[in-house]
Amino acid sequence: MNFLSDPVTFIGNWLTGLVAGLGMPKETAAAWVTGVAVGILPLLAMLWVLVLIWYERKVIGRLQDRPGPNRVGPFGLIQPVADMLKIFIKEHILPTGVDRLPYNLAPILAVGGVLGMWVVVPFSATVHGVDINVGALYIIAVGAIGTLGIIFAGYSSNNKYALLAAFRVVAQLISYEIPMVLALLVPVLLARSMGMNSIVQAQPVWFIVVAPLAALLFFISSIAEVGRSPFDLAEAESEIVAGFNTEYSGLKFGMFYVGEFLHAFTNSLIFTALFLGGWQGPGAEQFPILGFIYFFLKTVVVHFLGIAIRGSMPRFRIDQVMQLNWKLFTPIALAAFSVAAVVEKLAAGLGDAMRIGIHVLVNLVILVIAVLIGSRVFKARGVRLDALAERNRAAVKFAMEKSHDS
Amino acid sequence: MIPLSWYLILSAALVCIGVFGVISRRNAIAMLLGVELILNAVNINLLAFWRYKDVSSVTGQVFTIMVITAAAAEVAVGLAIFIAVYRNRRSIVAEDVAELKG
Amino acid sequence: MILDQVIFLVTAVVVLAAAVLVVSVPKMIHAALWLILALAGVAVLFVLLQAGFFAVVQVIVYIGAIAVLVIFAVMLTRKAMVDDGPQLNRYSVMAGAVSLMMFAALSGMLLSWDGANALPANPAVHPDTIVNLGESLTNPQGFLLPFEVASILLLAALVGAIFIGREQRAGREEE
Repeated sequence: MNFLSDPVTFIGNWLTGLVAGLGMPKETAAAWVTGVAVGILPLLAMLWVLVLIWYERKVIGRLQDRPGPNRVGPFGLIQPVADMLKIFIKEHILPTGVDRLPYNLAPILAVGGVLGMWVVVPFSATVHGVDINVGALYIIAVGAIGTLGIIFAGYSSNNKYALLAAFRVVAQLISYEIPMVLALLVPVLLARSMGMNSIVQAQPVWFIVVAPLAALLFFISSIAEVGRSPFDLAEAESEIVAGFNTEYSGLKFGMFYVGEFLHAFTNSLIFTALFLGGWQGPGAEQFPILGFIYFFLKTVVVHFLGIAIRGSMPRFRIDQVMQLNWKLFTPIALAAFSVAAVVEKLAAGLGDAMRIGIHVLVNLVILVIAVLIGSRVFKARGVRLDALAERNRAAVKFAMEKSHDS
Repeated sequence: MIPLSWYLILSAALVCIGVFGVISRRNAIAMLLGVELILNAVNINLLAFWRYKDVSSVTGQVFTIMVITAAAAEVAVGLAIFIAVYRNRRSIVAEDVAELKG
Repeated sequence: MILDQVIFLVTAVVVLAAAVLVVSVPKMIHAALWLILALAGVAVLFVLLQAGFFAVVQVIVYIGAIAVLVIFAVMLTRKAMVDDGPQLNRYSVMAGAVSLMMFAALSGMLLSWDGANALPANPAVHPDTIVNLGESLTNPQGFLLPFEVASILLLAALVGAIFIGREQRAGREEE
């Protein structure tokens, strides 16, 4: 194999040869190289977070009509480095009464859960961590470990507001796993396999075209899973101090912070792999580096969409979050998955275009029905708008009369 | 290679630890944790036999799925009952719920 | 080969130690945490048995759902068990003796069986394990009936848990 078609194996073999040339037996050399490889991917992911933090702050700034960080270095590029240095040198305050083991374990689980997801992402036809045949399910499993980290943090902080926030957040996270898993199952169904590379390779037509409803559900559920706006009652930066990470300072808080940004990007990676055809594009099979570039560009677009949603929508309340999940998303996800299965079975003999057309049509039908039913169920309660305007006018008139008198 | 007996002894030990937990703990939730240990030991046993005796069949795997399913259902209902009992009489100790005794 | 055995021994020690801690620590929340470690160890054992699907299902169902449920229940009932009274009831010594005898009997019986020292079959696992599993779960001559019964069981558990765990406000008003 040469470098262009299979870079990872080529580099691995070259390194093994190098290390074995220093006098070690072949298996030990291979084991060392494997150990180094295992450490490289998380390292690269964590270094990538610096760029992600800069990107997000600039985009949020521009969405809010301000320039974002632009003092530290050209265009504020050194800003995340300054942030990280500040967080490294902050003091680790250990409040009294905390439970030491879960308190220290929580940031590790939160970041470890996210880094574990990077293992199965297919960056290119031959560049991936491990191609296990249950890759899609593995991503859900590793996400569940991140959830555990949050509840450890909330419980062990010896702070009733942190505990309350942790309860709410974990309820939200485990509830939104359901539409996420069901929406994840639709590409698995269409690709007839759970392995991530197989799903990417089964997309001559992108799955976002074939199953738009599932893509939409997966996108929204993954925003809820990370805990970003509008589902960000986890931190609720203006309400309950800082939520479940109130009592964390220094690098431990930095780990939660880094974990959240990385989780958002990782969800964009997975969405791209599942629904946007991953690394597919012209010439991607011969040159894996091209596949990697296509993957990267698509992911940046999806990530930008997530940031744009974060910068523009107000926060949901916890009861709205729960209602939205159990009354809207879960039934839609169930319907989308079952109907996709039925359509796949019935339209198996027809041509490709017909099959995809039926899928799209059926998805649109489900969406229309859901919107109709949903608008009945989620009627906005509260004061009628004209009564509100009437009260406003009376109040303004009263205020103007008072100011004329005095 | 790992002989089959290692897996069997491990799952036997796990079953015995779980049984000890169920019988001797006062807190009802701790009993449930013991039951979970027993069910996990059973799963290890089933999958070990599947792997070592007849890899091409699916009976062992289906049995394991059923055990996991039953365990999940049981934990959900059990914890709901514990919380309902706790609300009514403020105690989670299994010995306190003894009205039907004797 | 030898790596397999080392991984198995380390994992087995972790699982057994965590299980012993589950049944003996006084604080319930710590017991729940050690249970999570034991379940993770069991998932690693499943991977060693080349049942990767079950390892993932174990993490999702047991660690991601059941353990979280147990932690919630422990935190909702915290006032009752202040965790510093006696944690073991009066049968504990006899229970310990009975478990040890059970372990001795089980291992004696298992080790005296002929096939106990079997080595894993070669070639390794059939590559289409999940496909076979799915096909047999939906095959009327296969395991379709247990599959459907299990789904009814889960539905009953879902409805039952919600109903039992509800705040009985309506019930109290009727009285």
